[in-house]
Amino acid sequence: MNILVCISNVPDTTTRIKFTADNSAVDYTGVQWIINPWDELALTRAIELKEAGKVDKITVVSVGNAAIEATLRKALAAGADEAIRVDARAADSYATASHLATAIKQLDADLILCGIESSDYNGSSVGGMLAEILDMPSVSSVSSLEIEGESVKIAREIEGGRQQVETSLPAVLVVQKGIAINPRIPSMRGIMTARTKPLKVVADAPADTRTSISTYEFPPQKSSCKMIDAENPEQLVDLLHNEARVV
Amino acid sequence: MSVLIYAEHRDQKFNKAVYELVSLGYRLANELNTQAIAFTSGDIADDELKSLGRFGCKTILHTSANVYDDEKQLAETISAAALENNAKVVLMPHSFRGRAVAPRIAVRLKASLAQSINGYPASVQPMVVNKRAFSGKALVKENLDGDISVITLTPNTFGLHENAVGAVVQALPDNAGAPATRVLQQEVQKGKILLSEADIVVSGGRGMRSADNWQPLEELADILGAATACSRPVSDEGWRPHHEHVGQTGKVVSPSLYFALGISGAIQHLAGISGSKVIVAVNKDPEAPIFTVADYGIVGDLQSVLPRLNEAFRKHKSGN
Ligand SMILES: Cc1cc2nc3c(=O)[nH]c(=O)nc-3n(C[C@H](O)[C@H](O)[C@H](O)COP(=O)(O)OP(=O)(O)OC[C@H]3O[C@@H](n4cnc5c(N)ncnc54)[C@H](O)[C@@H]3O)c2cc1C
Repeated sequence: MNILVCISNVPDTTTRIKFTADNSAVDYTGVQWIINPWDELALTRAIELKEAGKVDKITVVSVGNAAIEATLRKALAAGADEAIRVDARAADSYATASHLATAIKQLDADLILCGIESSDYNGSSVGGMLAEILDMPSVSSVSSLEIEGESVKIAREIEGGRQQVETSLPAVLVVQKGIAINPRIPSMRGIMTARTKPLKVVADAPADTRTSISTYEFPPQKSSCKMIDAENPEQLVDLLHNEARVV
Repeated sequence: MSVLIYAEHRDQKFNKAVYELVSLGYRLANELNTQAIAFTSGDIADDELKSLGRFGCKTILHTSANVYDDEKQLAETISAAALENNAKVVLMPHSFRGRAVAPRIAVRLKASLAQSINGYPASVQPMVVNKRAFSGKALVKENLDGDISVITLTPNTFGLHENAVGAVVQALPDNAGAPATRVLQQEVQKGKILLSEADIVVSGGRGMRSADNWQPLEELADILGAATACSRPVSDEGWRPHHEHVGQTGKVVSPSLYFALGISGAIQHLAGISGSKVIVAVNKDPEAPIFTVADYGIVGDLQSVLPRLNEAFRKHKSGN
């Protein structure tokens, strides 16, 4: 069983975001880059399954310029066997999914894992688009993955509960919280061996885009917090009822 | 031309998010000089289908096919209805299923996709939507450049707008093939208010101290008809189930009222609650960052504050 994990390179979740002077783009100077938290959990689960002898090979794929190789090396250090960088611009979700598909068509993966969203553009789109482009089944909001021989046991969250599902392979799984708990941190040895693991670069023609962001702004600042005496909870109820009108 | 709305139902009932979606679809259709058409699949009573007429939807397409467990099939079915009706916009709820199939539909229709838009589009022709980015640290205007737009709506960002019309149900043939994905088993909690749909959310953090202390928090949720939620360490510790975890790596909620009880207000938690209209924080630390985003705050120990708060809300609810 071969697993492929799609990796998005995103700013650290604690980064303070800045925009360019005309608010038309993000100013990335000084940003620390990480593996998108959900992709990191997907990768962690793949590594756990490989350690349990259920998976033969883990490949990580990402779309972008040479700068994202540092993030791919982190994935190799954590335990992936091979990395692929599609040398193209991840201009929007559709372009990203198209470029990933180009690379994935040349590989024989049984399971393709994507995170449920990336923490930068919160698009929640690449996994589903990729499945459609590759004409594969998809299962989303996957919170548990077990492999037994050639069959996979998947649990997905639904509104108010969960379902145990099966699907034909190859398939795209869009994973979320629960797939793994603590992300795998690369060990010193992992970091050393990552240097010698293959990181291939695949070229691709520019893909179509279908969306573009015109302006960025900061959310409106909250006016200051009204403090209420702990001895007087009736005042809170009164304010929520008469001022905020939410109860 | 048309605006096609995917009216998802659960237990054969539509929820508020669907009525909100229909409200938005009706206004969009008016602006585009066309009609809003709803589409749904699976067993559901005619009366329930026709309830969509309350919010302006005259035509309801219904197939009894149970295609909704297979994302590929559901996307195929909705896309076929969109093409048949020359849909300019396909509207979906931002539910687990809606957000899962919307990208597949967008690829099939060669459409632009926007997941989780906030409220009515900034512009309809050309289509420009308001969305959050960087987990709520930024708001963006996104141009949907394609001829067709596939959009999911963040609940509670448009509201319900009644426009009663008589609705007609049209049955579509069931021509679905065998699904690739099958459900083997399903567990669903009954009678609980869902976090993603709740108007009020009562959320507890590590300041609740232990799993055994949740009873007063659940009581508050009961009094207010609210859903319960928690911060990540609380679910990681197993004090509360994972599906209650709110934040960057959990659920994003947009209720009218969010109670942060014993939650410090870490940036990753705020990522999940920045769409809340009103935030109430209770924390024993007056310097806790949660107070910088809260509208109302109480500094105090939850062990004593929470029971008194419950008492005050109970009094209010019983009308004295
Ligand atoms: C990549 C990444 C993703 C993350 N994703 C999420 C996420 O999705 N959601 C999330 O919540 N966190 C997330 N975190 C964790 C986040 O950084 C914080 O650690 C977490 O939100 C803190 O939870 P808390 O507020 O419950 O606990 P704490 O930070 O420990 O705060 C507890 C608060 O309770 C108060 N308190 C204690 N006792 C009492 C009392 N008796 N009465 C009143 N108040 C009391 C304290 O003053 C304190 O403010 C993420 C972290 C990382 C690195």
